[in-house]
Amino acid sequence: MDTTATTGTEENVWGGGNRPLNASYGKLMMWFFLVSDALTFSGFLASYGFSRFKFIETWPIADEVFTHVPFFHGNYPMYYVAFMTFILILSSVTMVLAVDAGHRMKKNAVIWYMFATIIGGAIFVGSQAWEWATFISGDYGALETKGGRILQFVKADSGDRAALADFAKTIPGERTAHERKNGIWYTEEGSLPSYSLREVTEGFKANPNILIRTETINEEGEKTLLNREESLKKLSAATQVVEGANLIHNEYGSRLFADFFFFITGFHGFHVFSGVVINVIIFFNVILGTYERRGHYEMVEKVGLYWHFVDLVWVFVFTFFYLV
Amino acid sequence: MAHEHKLEIFRGLLKFKSNTQKIWGVLIFLTIVTAVEVGLGITKPAALTGSYFLGMKLLNWIFIILTLVKAYYIAWDFMHLRDEKSSLRRAVVWTPIFLVAYLVFILLFEADYIYNVYKDGFVAWDF
Repeated sequence: MDTTATTGTEENVWGGGNRPLNASYGKLMMWFFLVSDALTFSGFLASYGFSRFKFIETWPIADEVFTHVPFFHGNYPMYYVAFMTFILILSSVTMVLAVDAGHRMKKNAVIWYMFATIIGGAIFVGSQAWEWATFISGDYGALETKGGRILQFVKADSGDRAALADFAKTIPGERTAHERKNGIWYTEEGSLPSYSLREVTEGFKANPNILIRTETINEEGEKTLLNREESLKKLSAATQVVEGANLIHNEYGSRLFADFFFFITGFHGFHVFSGVVINVIIFFNVILGTYERRGHYEMVEKVGLYWHFVDLVWVFVFTFFYLV
Repeated sequence: MAHEHKLEIFRGLLKFKSNTQKIWGVLIFLTIVTAVEVGLGITKPAALTGSYFLGMKLLNWIFIILTLVKAYYIAWDFMHLRDEKSSLRRAVVWTPIFLVAYLVFILLFEADYIYNVYKDGFVAWDF
């Protein structure tokens, strides 16, 4: 009866304690979570691609939207996002160094590398908050037409973008924002733009140096510039002034662009933020010597996986939002 | 726990003496790739924006390929996939790649179809 012998080995296989993938339970679960999270992010990015391909001719050009660097004035496309990318990669490196130091049971090295990682993550989240604030407040201002299209302004002589403040007239006696305390008490409206539609149109008519730029991208990959007559004709279709961006209107072009910007970078920023929080928890655990007593630093490795994943996602967000 | 590390990158072209050294080496490589991407993104050479391959600008192909290269080194060296068992590596990598490729294929084709409907549908969308 050699069946008993077979049963014996089966008990060994299914009796627990086996590691067919040579990874611990916790690490494997982290990998499963990362795979499902990767699919979530892919869904977002793919739907971004879907909307962009739908409006491929009118999609905003990222170079013209993200042109600001803190403390510097002027037009610097991409530099700040590139800096953010570099910071995140660098914090990934310090994280992997922490994992490496953990393998060699060097507690102090783990502490310092974790600390550097947290600082890097904080700089990144802060930069993203700044980027959001800049995006929301906007820089030039634009008009929106009845069909929801954005009309931007360009100076005819230099070819630079013109801000509303450069040419809008000040017409006294305009209406003010309706607040809760006036009139019907339960209604209120959002803040009014700094110039009314009439002030912008009058200013445009009075200033022959200003032209209108539509959303449509021409063969050279640039936004179409209208001449003076076309501009004046287009102007009559405008229904409101748009400054900055929210989920309903934005001055950069397609409304979906701002929606996806808030949604995807926001979801990623939330991941970075929670990553920083988890890193801080593990950081204090390392200082308290929890893993020294446990005999291994695998927890640092698991958190590290999550942190690298956040970096990995950013690499894709960076490409599809800012570069392509 | 994979304590022993494979110290070669670029298919053995570059071999590092220690894991720490490999990490810094990969950082330098990733930084160079990012710098190339940003440089191309700012200058936008006409030779690359004017020529197309499979309906997409050559420049965008370069961006996407460089992104995948970066993703590979982050996953393989920072996330230690290089040191894991090949069964774990394949389960983690090929599952999303298959699903994402499928989803992207469907959505982009559908979007292109909608674009054409908007364009040739005899309905004014910009009024």
